[in-house]
Amino acid sequence: MGKEIGMLVVSHVNEIATGLTTLLDQVAKGVTIKAVGGNDGEVGTDYARIQEAMDSFEEDKVWAFYDLGSAKMNLEMAMESSDKEVRLFDTAFIESAYTAASLIQADVGEDAIVAQLDELKIKE
Amino acid sequence: MVEVTTLKKWIELFADKVTENKETLNKLDSDIGDGDHGSNMVRGVTAVKEKIDGSEYDNLSDFFKDVGMTLVSKVGGASGPLYGSAFISMAKVAKDSDDLAELIEAGLEGIQKRGKAEPGEKTMIDEWVPVLDAIKGDALTSEVIQDSLQKTKDMKATKGRASYLGDRSIGHIDAGAQSSAYLFETLLEAGVVNG
Repeated sequence: MGKEIGMLVVSHVNEIATGLTTLLDQVAKGVTIKAVGGNDGEVGTDYARIQEAMDSFEEDKVWAFYDLGSAKMNLEMAMESSDKEVRLFDTAFIESAYTAASLIQADVGEDAIVAQLDELKIKE
Repeated sequence: MVEVTTLKKWIELFADKVTENKETLNKLDSDIGDGDHGSNMVRGVTAVKEKIDGSEYDNLSDFFKDVGMTLVSKVGGASGPLYGSAFISMAKVAKDSDDLAELIEAGLEGIQKRGKAEPGEKTMIDEWVPVLDAIKGDALTSEVIQDSLQKTKDMKATKGRASYLGDRSIGHIDAGAQSSAYLFETLLEAGVVNG
């Protein structure tokens, strides 16, 4: 377990999700970051794998970032049956995940990070 | 009232119809979406068929739950959580009700809770809303299903992938409304409505 908050990044493409963690790991070595992408090797998102990843965090708090709408729907379904305290961000995927990762790493307070992420909100 | 055997027939007919029309659904989706609605749905309904063929059900709720959970896991695109939520929501209501209108209403609520769409936004619910009204009035016909489907053509998409296209989405039938039309046509074919 790294920090108080872990991060889950979900993309329709596995390489995007894993690629993003490569980027995030560079600024947030102490933050647990998990990636879920694709569905059975195809473009899509996989509810079961999202659920599994979400529940596998040691951290109680999980912040979730996603690329497109159907990833959000699967994340919301997973949240409904998860014990984790999950916060979902409707923000620019890469930029906001990068911001969050670096600020969690720097032990910036939760509210301050959320305020900064709010400016990156681009989705409903 | 509806029974498990009729419902099973309905979902099997739906699976066959989606599979037969895979390319039609892909084509509609490629006009204004990402082109995989048919392929995604076929993957889902094939898994559903396998699941329900190999299972016995003594109540409606377990049946709907299996259908919903399988769709959620297997479809892959947005239709997975949307159709999945519809059936999972029906499963909850089916514990206390075997009334078709109440079941379809629960399905619609499940979709709206997940997708946040309102009528007129060129989505699957533009098929579900008029169909539900017709079922409530005991007047569901093929015409109702087709008319609602055609109406999605003139709508402008404001939800989902098609919304990126704005006005350019006008003139195309919504792929999700088309697959929902198959769902309700097979409901009629299976005799769920008139049974």
